[in-house]
Formats: sequence, structure tokens, C-alpha cells
Amino acid sequence: MTAIASPERRATRHLDVAGLAQAGACALMAVVVTALLFAISPLDGTLGFGLVAYALFLTAYAGVLTLTIGPLKRNDCLATVIIASVALLTFVPLVLILGFVVLKGVPGLTNAFFTQTMETVGPLDPPDVGGARHAIVGTLQQVGIAVLISVPFGVLTAVFLSEFAGRRVARVIRFLVDAMSGIPSIVAGLFIYTLFVLRLGHGFSGLNAGLALSVLMLPTVTRTAEEVLALVPGSLREAALALGAPDWRMVVRVVLPTARTGLITAVVLGVARVAGETAPLLMTALGSDGMNTNPFEGQQSSLPLFVFKLIRNPLEGQVTRAWAGALVLIAIVLVLFTVARLAAARLRRETR
Amino acid sequence: MSGGGARAFDVVELRDRGSAQPEPRVIHQSHTTPDRAFRALTAAAGWATLVVLALIALFLVNEARPAVEVAGWDFLKVWEWQPGNEPPAFGIAAVLYGTVVIATIAIVLAVPVAVATALFVSEYLPRRISRTLTTLIDLLAAIPSLIYGMWGLFFLVPKLAGLERWLDAHLGFVPIFDNETGLFGRSMFDAGVVLALMIIPIIATVSREVMSQTPRVLCEAALALGGTRLGMIRKVILPFSRPGIIGGSMLGLGRALGETIAVALVLSVDFRIFPEITQTGGSTVAALIANNFGEAGELERHALIAAGLALFVITLVVNMVARLIVSKAAKGSEFDR
Repeated sequence: MTAIASPERRATRHLDVAGLAQAGACALMAVVVTALLFAISPLDGTLGFGLVAYALFLTAYAGVLTLTIGPLKRNDCLATVIIASVALLTFVPLVLILGFVVLKGVPGLTNAFFTQTMETVGPLDPPDVGGARHAIVGTLQQVGIAVLISVPFGVLTAVFLSEFAGRRVARVIRFLVDAMSGIPSIVAGLFIYTLFVLRLGHGFSGLNAGLALSVLMLPTVTRTAEEVLALVPGSLREAALALGAPDWRMVVRVVLPTARTGLITAVVLGVARVAGETAPLLMTALGSDGMNTNPFEGQQSSLPLFVFKLIRNPLEGQVTRAWAGALVLIAIVLVLFTVARLAAARLRRETR
Repeated sequence: MSGGGARAFDVVELRDRGSAQPEPRVIHQSHTTPDRAFRALTAAAGWATLVVLALIALFLVNEARPAVEVAGWDFLKVWEWQPGNEPPAFGIAAVLYGTVVIATIAIVLAVPVAVATALFVSEYLPRRISRTLTTLIDLLAAIPSLIYGMWGLFFLVPKLAGLERWLDAHLGFVPIFDNETGLFGRSMFDAGVVLALMIIPIIATVSREVMSQTPRVLCEAALALGGTRLGMIRKVILPFSRPGIIGGSMLGLGRALGETIAVALVLSVDFRIFPEITQTGGSTVAALIANNFGEAGELERHALIAAGLALFVITLVVNMVARLIVSKAAKGSEFDR
């Protein structure tokens, strides 16, 4: 029972407080110097300020590092700073977009937005008259149709890929699904238009929109569902088979229920992917100002169509409604996204 | 495992039997009818993907034909879009040019930022923070393109106009930054920046996944030999993940080529071919379809479908090549597994 002390794990990624302080001091100095520079010279502009300050900061930091450590370590520190600051650029738009949409959208979020349609609204009416009820109903129906079509197809394909298909067949189908996920959304819309409107003479309807959305949703559902099915432990499958269950029972009673939460993630991610799609709806549902609760016949509106139409209108009231629609849309996507993440986290805990 | 504990002679006996492999048991699978039906059902769903892709190609070709028969090869050469004229004159040369230029701007801007983000998340940050940031990257990818377009038009375009003025004033001798019209904003550059923001999450996600597949032993070896983190990144991680980064960038390119609504909102459409990316104007194939479909006459609808077909073929090729590169990259890094 001699305790062999396990060697302490070397932390290869830790926060270097002293280094951060050094960099922070340089940054502070750079900002101050730039502010002075901008105060005494004709330079101006936020973007320009940022760029000048950043250049000054890099120079100062490089200088400090050259004085304190060797060139190898200096380059390493400089690279760290540059990579970190460029990486931050990725996340700045997230804050800016969310902030901007909330700022612009809140004034239009009146009671009427959820209870009225645009049918009787004049172009100059204030934003507290008229709303997006018809568009919300349309979005719910169209996305619902897309779910009804793409979820069975997607889950069955995922079952085929993970349980039955041979290696080579699986690779081919996976490749096709990936290729399908790259189809531009507008091409999916054109496809449904040529098939249902031109060929079958079906006319514009919410059903068409749902079909176009399902083309876009299918690859997302399939690939996510497949990843989830791969997490189901093989021992469960073997146990079912050893008890004499036929394949289909093994899948329906063991594999799918085990992956339940993950499959929800797959569906929700698919919905998040298509809920904001606008382009394919332009040629399938076409949009309308009034309520149409029948998805099988007649033009139908949807939130993205509603927003896309009004945002291009020069009148203040219409633009306000459009931003309110955008806020609702982004809120829907955020909620769906959070639900999907939570379900995925739960699945990971359950299958561990 | 063996419950009572194996005794020494057991081991000897096992050794004495030699190392002959036991005969693999032949497994006879006898599927019941419902089993066969279920398998066939899933297989049908799987191959439905191929059917849908084929149907898309078939129907687009079919409905594009009336327009292409009118225009002939001019469809790829003509700069204007006047299907209502007598004789009709339309072609996708200008929009194709715009599509390629804008996608190029987007890629040039997005790839460095995306790669830096992937490196930062996978190599620099503590696990917990990096997981949060990965979620945020996914969230960025989930924001609808409509929202990107609206934000781009109302927030970003006015901000970028200043930069475009500056580029014209100080780098105007470079032909692409020259702007003699005095009109700034809603330019191909603006559209390219908005698209860049939209494809950064895609490229960053693929790059990060490939980087995380770099054999950890090689990274640790590089560090153990006294290499700095920068050295490890340059000599181990980047060479290993280069195919994945290229493939991810091509996926982003495919998305940029096909993006519709954001471009349709940001650009003010016209049909010229000009090298000055900071001038107001320019258009893309997808934006053309979105803008013109609503009021199009019959011939124009067929012409727009033909444009859609061209877009479909281009994006399909770009995507397939990208996927092949990415899957090769993933295979190449099965080094120490």
C-alpha cells in the first residue's frame, strides 16, 4: 500500500496573470496615447481610433517583450495576443446583432403585433395598429409541415446509416446528405416551384413552403440524429438481440427510446435552421396581408416574409413592424437553440 | 472477470494450446418478414436523398430549357436582364461576376478570422470557457440570414462607408478601391463583409473540429522538446489540419455563393461589371432571383430558374469537393488511434 504519488499534471493551458497584466498595461497606454493623438490632430472615427490604438498596442507590447524576454518567447506572446484579439472579432457581431435587434424591435412589440393582421392597415398607420398574427400562424404551419416530413425521413435515414447500411453504402449516402445540406435555400424554393406550381398546377400555398423547408431541414436532422444514434451503447443493442428481439424491435424499443433526448435536439436544430428562412418562401408561399389558416390552399404569409417585405418599405411604421418581427424571429431561434443544447447536455449525462 | 481467479496452470494450459486463432463462428442471419420490411423502409429513406437531388436537377433543367433555348450561349455572356424586351436580352454574366467577387471578398476576410478563432478556442482557452465559446459560435451560425441582412443594411453599411471613403482616399491607386462615383455604401464590399460574418462560424467550426483531431502526442512532443505554443501551432497543428481548414473554407464559400436574402437586402442591384468593389451596386445570382421572381413574367421565370440551375451546379460542385477534402482530412489524422 505504498502510495506512489501520481505526478502532478502539468497545466498546459492556464491563465497567465502576470502576462495578462503586462498586456493590459500596454493596451491601456495605447488607448490613452491614441486619445491624446486624436485630441490634438484632425483624425477621427471609431474604426480609425480602434485601428490606431491596436497598432500602438502591438508595438508597445512587442517593445516591452523584447526588453524582458528572448525573441522566441516574444513571438509566442505576440502571436497569443494577435490570435486572441482576432478571435474576439468573431464574437463582437453576436453582441452587436442581438443588441441592435432588441433596440429596434422593442418599440414595435405592441399587443396588436400578436393579435392583428395587416389586412386593413394603411401604409401610414402607427405601429400600434396591425400586426403579424397571420405571419406567426403561417410560420407555425409551414414549419410544422416541414417537421412532419423531414423528421420521419431524417430519423429513418439515420437509423439506416447507423444500424443497417454497409460501410460503403453509408459513406455514399452520408456524402449525398452533406451535398444536400449545401443546396442554396433559394434553389430549394425554385425546385418546389417547378414541381408543385408549374408541373402539378398546385398554386402557391403554405404546403409548398413547408415542402421547401423540409428539403433544407432534412440534412440537419439526418446528420444530427445519426450522431446521436452513434452514442447509444452497443451493449444495449446486443442485449436486445440476445434476448431474441428482431432488428426492428431492437431499433424501435431500445435504440430510439435511448436516444430520445438527442433526437429532440436533432429536430430542434432542424427547426432553428429553417424557422428564419426567407428565400424559399418567396416562390412557394408568396406571402399575404390577411389571415389564411388553410396551409393547403392560397398564398400564406410567414414571419420572415412579413419582415422581408416591410423592411424594404421606406415608411417608418412599416420598418418598426419589421424590426418587431425580426425580434420575435431571433427570440424563437434563441429559445429553440437553448432547448436543443439543454437536451444534448442531458443526453450526454444519460449515456455516460 | 473470471470470478474465482485464474490459477497458474490454467495459463500454462492455455499457452500449450498454442496461439491458433479460434475459428470465427459463421453467423447465419435469418430475417423475418417485418425485419426485411423495416430494413427496406430505412434504406428507402436513405436513398430518398439521392432521389431528391436527382429530382431537383431534373426539374430545374426541364423548366430552365425554355429560357435557355431563347438565349442560347448568350445566357452566360450577356450583362443585362431584360427578358421583357423585344427581342428579350438576358444573361447571368454580370450577376455571376458579382457572385464570385462577393464570395471572394467574404472568403478573404473570413478565413483568417475563423482560423484564429478556431486556434484560440481549441488551443489557448481552458476547456470550460472554450466549450461556452463553441456554443456561441454555433449560435452565430443559427442566426437567420434575414437578420444578418437587416443588421448589415441598417448598422454595418453606414459604418463601413467611412472605411470605404478612407480606402478611396488613401488606397485609391489600387483599382479595386477606387471610387469616382462619390457613391458609397450598399457596395459589393459591404455585401462581402456581411457574408464574411455569416461564414466565419461555419469555417471556424470545421477548423476547430479538425484541429481537435490533431494527435495529442505530437503536440505534447513539440512542447516537450522546448517548443513554444506558437511553434507547436505552426509545426504540428496547422500542417495537420490544413486540409480540414481548406475544406471548411470551401464549405463557407459554398454558403457565400448561395446566400440570398442578406445580399438582396444589402446590395442595391444593378447589372454592370466593374472592378471597384467599394462602389454602390453589383448583384448576385441568388439576389437576382429573390428580387425579380415576384413580378416576373413567364419567360423571366424560366430565365430565373435557369440562373438557379447555374447556382445549384456551382454550389453542388464546391460543396462536394469540400466534403471530399474534409473527409480525407479526418481520415489522415487517424494517426494515433
